[in-house]
Amino acid sequence: MLGSQLRRSLAVAEKDIRIYYLKAPVVIFGILFPMFLFLAFLIGRSIPIEVMISCLLSMTLFFTATAVSPVILPWEGSVGTLERLISAPVSIPAILLGDVLASFIFGVVISIVPIAFGLLLGVRIYSPLVLATAILLSAFCFSYLGTLFSTPPTNVPSNIMMISNLFKFPLVFISGIFIPLEQMPPWGRLIALFSPLTYLTDLIRYSIQGISSYPILLDFAAIVLFTVMFMVLAMVIHMRASI
Amino acid sequence: MMTGLNAIEVEDLTKRFGNFTAVDHIDFKVEAGELFGFLGPNGAGKTTTVRMITGVIKPDAGKASIMGYDVERETINAKQMAGVLPETSNAYIDLSAWQNLMLMAKLYGLAKKERQNRAEDLLKRVGLYEKKDVAVKGFSKGMRQRLQICMALISEPQVLILDEPTSGLDVQSSRLIRSIIADLNAEGVTFLLTTHNMEEANQLCSRIAIINRGKIVAIDRPEVLKKRIESLHSVEVSFNRDVAQSDLSGFLGVDSVEQMGDKFRLYAREPAEVIYNLVDYARSEKVEIVSLATISPTLEDVFVKYTEVI
Repeated sequence: MLGSQLRRSLAVAEKDIRIYYLKAPVVIFGILFPMFLFLAFLIGRSIPIEVMISCLLSMTLFFTATAVSPVILPWEGSVGTLERLISAPVSIPAILLGDVLASFIFGVVISIVPIAFGLLLGVRIYSPLVLATAILLSAFCFSYLGTLFSTPPTNVPSNIMMISNLFKFPLVFISGIFIPLEQMPPWGRLIALFSPLTYLTDLIRYSIQGISSYPILLDFAAIVLFTVMFMVLAMVIHMRASI
Repeated sequence: MMTGLNAIEVEDLTKRFGNFTAVDHIDFKVEAGELFGFLGPNGAGKTTTVRMITGVIKPDAGKASIMGYDVERETINAKQMAGVLPETSNAYIDLSAWQNLMLMAKLYGLAKKERQNRAEDLLKRVGLYEKKDVAVKGFSKGMRQRLQICMALISEPQVLILDEPTSGLDVQSSRLIRSIIADLNAEGVTFLLTTHNMEEANQLCSRIAIINRGKIVAIDRPEVLKKRIESLHSVEVSFNRDVAQSDLSGFLGVDSVEQMGDKFRLYAREPAEVIYNLVDYARSEKVEIVSLATISPTLEDVFVKYTEVI
């Protein structure tokens, strides 16, 4: 049963990629949006290239992995495809996993762009294994966070976009991307603990700059914990909304 | 698990939205191989019932099962048994007809060769094979609905639940869908069909249920239901010149008379007696009968009778 539902998740992911991700505006937006945000904050400031690439990579993965997954279910509800999907023998967790897989692939693939950009500029990756593991785990974590944003009972995608941006932008500012955790006030460091982006940022700094605020095992454990929490919450809330 | 011969069983099914009871403790059974019509006016509870049977929404009370599988407790098994055409559903317009069918086939767990063969057969059957690689956004409404029928049929289900399958379609598409329904039913597929089209229900359904304000108000074979409202038997007559309606309403056994253009419709329990009286009347008044026909109650009459606002 589990294997058959997993195959159906893959079918949902394939559908999502064809419909929502393989579109030029989505791909371009996935690259350009973090780039512009990054430039807006860092241009004119004397910051080492390793720090700049770390910031860009964190933001790219975060924004791409949470870009489309929040709006898939409300969008499908509004155009009438969701009812057909949930009439099929596929469970709600399997549909969510499909949406998450598509988002995960998109996030991971787009993350290659800032990494390649950094390598071209001479950035050296201190620990490729830590970097790869951090990107893979965080892409899952942020993708489930994206599906959690779509739990409010609405079929209006713009409402969901508003709600998700309301959460996403503050997270960027409290996660040590623009201001390293060490330079934050104590209350800032306390709030940062509750953001999954903090731990990805820390792992990327470790991979590229060789420094981290927390032990990397703690960073990984925190990301796994956030992933499980987002996954369970998304499944419970979405299942409560349906059968 | 599998119990008995009922393809669909609905027991005490209830759904409330706030203070409004959309479906109110309804019960019915659809036997295997039956083509069961589910009729009702807009807002009567048809689609809500179908949504509960197909596992899209959860009932507040009661239960539904498909081929013996409880929809709420054995959801995946129940859904696996049925092909569904939801009323408000759409195919994915950014995907081609072929990609839509492949998606549905994968969601039903069909193997690659099986899904390709079935998709090819179905698209040929509905005349869409030549357009199989065209994005659905370029399809007409009729083509989209034909594709959606294919999507419901891709798993070769034993039970088909179709919510308004011919609503708003052109004559050719409606006829094609009706002929597919009739053919599959002849092959033993069970249908639960909701429709507003009384003629369609009359032609296709072996049994119908009428739901009004969330309650089942009639359930039987169409001809039996028509017989139940014998007061609606009538004789329709027209003359070569005007006659007074009061002359006709005075006939023995006539319950009421209705003028419809140049015709009169006389409602009576014994139409034969009315015909004798009409002939005698024409002779005595020296008027010529231009047309004369007995009219039996239609399914539409039955529907109106059971769903009229009290």
